[in-house]
Amino acid sequence: MKRKISFLLNRRKVHVEVEPQEVLLEVLRDRIGVKSPKCGCDRGDCGSCSVMIDGKTVRSCMVLAIEVEGQKITTVEGLVEDDHLTPLQQSFIHHNSFQCGFCAPGIILSATELLKHNTYPNEEQIKEAIAGNLCRCTGYQPIIDAIKSLTSNPESFKASGRNREIKS
Amino acid sequence: MSELKFVGHDAIRVDGFAKVSGAAQYVDDLEFGPGLLFAEIVESPFAHAEILKIDASKAERLQGVVKVVTGKDFPFSFGLYMQDRYIFAQDRVRFVGEQVAAVIASDIVTAKKAAKLVKVTYKELTPILKVEDALKKDSLLIHPNLMNYKRVPWFFPQADTNIAHLRKVRKGNIDSGMNEADLVFEDTYTVPRYAHCAIETHGAVGLYDLTGRLTVWAASQSPFTQRNLFAEALAPLGLSHKDIRVIAPYVGGGFGGKAGVSMEILAAALATTVKGNPVKIIWSRAQEFYNTYQRQGLIAKTKIGVKKDGTITALEQTLYWDAGAYVEYGANVVNAAGLSATGPYRIPNVKIDSYCIYTNLPPGGPYRGFGYSEFLFGLESHINETAKRIGLDPVEFRRRNAIQEGDTLTYGGHMNPSGLRECIDKAADAIEWGKKVEYPNDPTKVSGKGFACFWKAPAMPPNAASSAFIKFNEDGSLNILISAMEIGQGLLTVMAQIAAEVLTVPISKIRVEVPDTDRNPYEWQTVASHITWGTGNAVKKAAEDCREQIFDVVERTFGKKREDLYLESEQVCSRTDAGFKKTLSEFVINGFMMNDGTYRGGPIMGRGMFMPEFASALSDPETSQGGKLNVHYTVGAAAVELEIDRETGRMRIPKVVLAVDVGKAINPDLVKGQVVGGIVQGIATVLYEDLRFNEKGRLLNSNFTDYKIPTAMDIPDEVISILVEVPQPDGPYGARGVGEHTMIPAAPIIANAIEDALGIRIKAMPITAEKVALEILRAKK
Repeated sequence: MKRKISFLLNRRKVHVEVEPQEVLLEVLRDRIGVKSPKCGCDRGDCGSCSVMIDGKTVRSCMVLAIEVEGQKITTVEGLVEDDHLTPLQQSFIHHNSFQCGFCAPGIILSATELLKHNTYPNEEQIKEAIAGNLCRCTGYQPIIDAIKSLTSNPESFKASGRNREIKS
Repeated sequence: MSELKFVGHDAIRVDGFAKVSGAAQYVDDLEFGPGLLFAEIVESPFAHAEILKIDASKAERLQGVVKVVTGKDFPFSFGLYMQDRYIFAQDRVRFVGEQVAAVIASDIVTAKKAAKLVKVTYKELTPILKVEDALKKDSLLIHPNLMNYKRVPWFFPQADTNIAHLRKVRKGNIDSGMNEADLVFEDTYTVPRYAHCAIETHGAVGLYDLTGRLTVWAASQSPFTQRNLFAEALAPLGLSHKDIRVIAPYVGGGFGGKAGVSMEILAAALATTVKGNPVKIIWSRAQEFYNTYQRQGLIAKTKIGVKKDGTITALEQTLYWDAGAYVEYGANVVNAAGLSATGPYRIPNVKIDSYCIYTNLPPGGPYRGFGYSEFLFGLESHINETAKRIGLDPVEFRRRNAIQEGDTLTYGGHMNPSGLRECIDKAADAIEWGKKVEYPNDPTKVSGKGFACFWKAPAMPPNAASSAFIKFNEDGSLNILISAMEIGQGLLTVMAQIAAEVLTVPISKIRVEVPDTDRNPYEWQTVASHITWGTGNAVKKAAEDCREQIFDVVERTFGKKREDLYLESEQVCSRTDAGFKKTLSEFVINGFMMNDGTYRGGPIMGRGMFMPEFASALSDPETSQGGKLNVHYTVGAAAVELEIDRETGRMRIPKVVLAVDVGKAINPDLVKGQVVGGIVQGIATVLYEDLRFNEKGRLLNSNFTDYKIPTAMDIPDEVISILVEVPQPDGPYGARGVGEHTMIPAAPIIANAIEDALGIRIKAMPITAEKVALEILRAKK
């Protein structure tokens, strides 16, 4: 019993026929060809499949595709406008906030959502905002540093001397 | 040496834009068109059983099913160091989850449905789940055919046992070493199994086209080794190396788990049964836990002899490794750890027995640290206990016994240049060793500090080679072709930095990408923390080869003396003619035009190769003496400040320090990334993680809800990276490996800090809050 749905994906209107049991992650990846949301666990544990629905980050492996009818979906591909990365994406590059890169799209979306609502997050708030996104490579500190560097909270800046390096 | 412009400086990662924009492609992101088929595996529900019958008739009748494949179709074994693993189980299964059959269908839903319809009849055998049971004289043999498996010459399986390999080391005289000692002290330490937990699961797509050429796209640390193992295993089908091509896109985390060959062979084999159609197989998270490699469990019996003045006179290590159902790769973990189980200490009398033991648990294999994390937990705990018993400060005790350049190693070779003492001193300083942290206002909190040294050598065959091509383009930009894998560590960037340094071409004009074995030159594997060293050497040689070709054409064209020529800012310059400058883009493809209209030169293409020709794995099986078994060791020291809640056992890490001698940090920020990431991964093995099995050998926690890896909320408050640089003479710009090492000392620093804080020695990992709380209660009684 297929159903036709349409929604806004990265500022572009898409129409697609879906089965009622199909999850958003599969539809985005296999039908529409948007590949940045990744499948890491298929049960909502890892956050690699995160997408934004109307500005809120959700795990697309836990959302039925038919639920997003008429909504606005953003993936990390949609953050890039006219070849320009967002300041957060640039900060991720600058701070080496990824290694293998598999979790990066999801974490960037979680952090984007955080910064939209809270311009001055402290370290605890940053950690909480990305706690649903697992990263096995970086140890998270470079991710936290990248987010922190965008905030104008003086407390955050003071703390950014963390992970200093001593070279002989 | 003139001042380095690219090496030793931080550089923006060449894969950065791709990875933050969503452009980076991993194996499951590739498109294969409407002909793509999907495979689902029929798995063994038993840890040990004979396969009596497989009835696939129902599955085959399901609409959309293309084929059901079983062990009968592929009666072949494979393996990296020992061919004891099967593409599909043959007459028996040896762990829960082992692949017994596969269903290929036009879509994944049908494949999954059909897999459930394949009826397999088993006769259950007693599962052997503990090494103690596997070692019993009357134990069932998990591999009755063990002695007939093809293997490397440095493996020593024991006939009529479950011991797949025994590495024995005998140095000096253990008995006189123990007799000389004022204190002899023995204990046992245990380490459970762990999972890598790369966020990308394993996946592969195979295509056997109508001409008989096999292409496999795989999430792989080892494209060339995969090609070789596919060719060996599938040779009966008439496939040769030239017919097989492995394409490896970005890898979503490796940590050793995607080294060698595990499930990828299924994609290769299944593809040959459906000529013309690609077949995809992607592991679920659960399969990722139980059917790739796991880190092996270890029971370590450690006995040390020490003099009152703190000199270690003897060390005896008996290591029992729970290596699982197949040890084709894992046996080399046992081997490597056996050779180095002294830790980075100068010990004249050594006896080590490292047993690789088959059990009916999932196959053990490589995991970041390659056996060193496991034995170091016990050894460095034991070193602390020993220091306490002879009344020496544990840091001072380590300092006195620290290995130094030229010292004799366990197998008779000599220690490479190293800054171990510098690492010890700097780590101790940074953690403010000796200064007690108090919580006067909070009686529930107590603080302790822990310290450990570490070392590791690349575990690789002596002929593990790396190679590189560098191709210039018309505009003076260049492409580096290598087959080392970008698994997150940043090697593409490091290789660009090395080539940039030699050729004075900025990194923005260099492209380095992940490989295709048809186009890129040979690389053994991206493992062993050897890439910066081995592939770095190959890239440096390729760049130097380019430079020599450039000088050659300039010499031939302009009559300039080669010894006067040098490169600077993408130009060839002359030391004797300040006005002479030729920009690379003028000639690196098209050459120089002479007065008569002819040209000199042509495309500049460099080639570089590196194989450690000085290494040899051949040594006396009874003592390991002779040979040159390791290429070098990277050493270091780590320390932690740990806060413990006496009531809940909950631990917080205000500060952790890791000092490591990297020889030369080609890109210091990337090294720092390895330190922070490795420390957190290591701390997870001691505080949070372990694999749990039931009495039937079934894994109980094959998901991230029950196997908890750290989130951003679970990390140390501060990680201090200290990079020491005592150059490695045969490394590129003095560099040696560091990728795995940062994980190795995490467990013992925590265990030692707990002992420092509470006086409680915990000898079994993991050391969870629950375990600490229970130990505190027990100590009170």
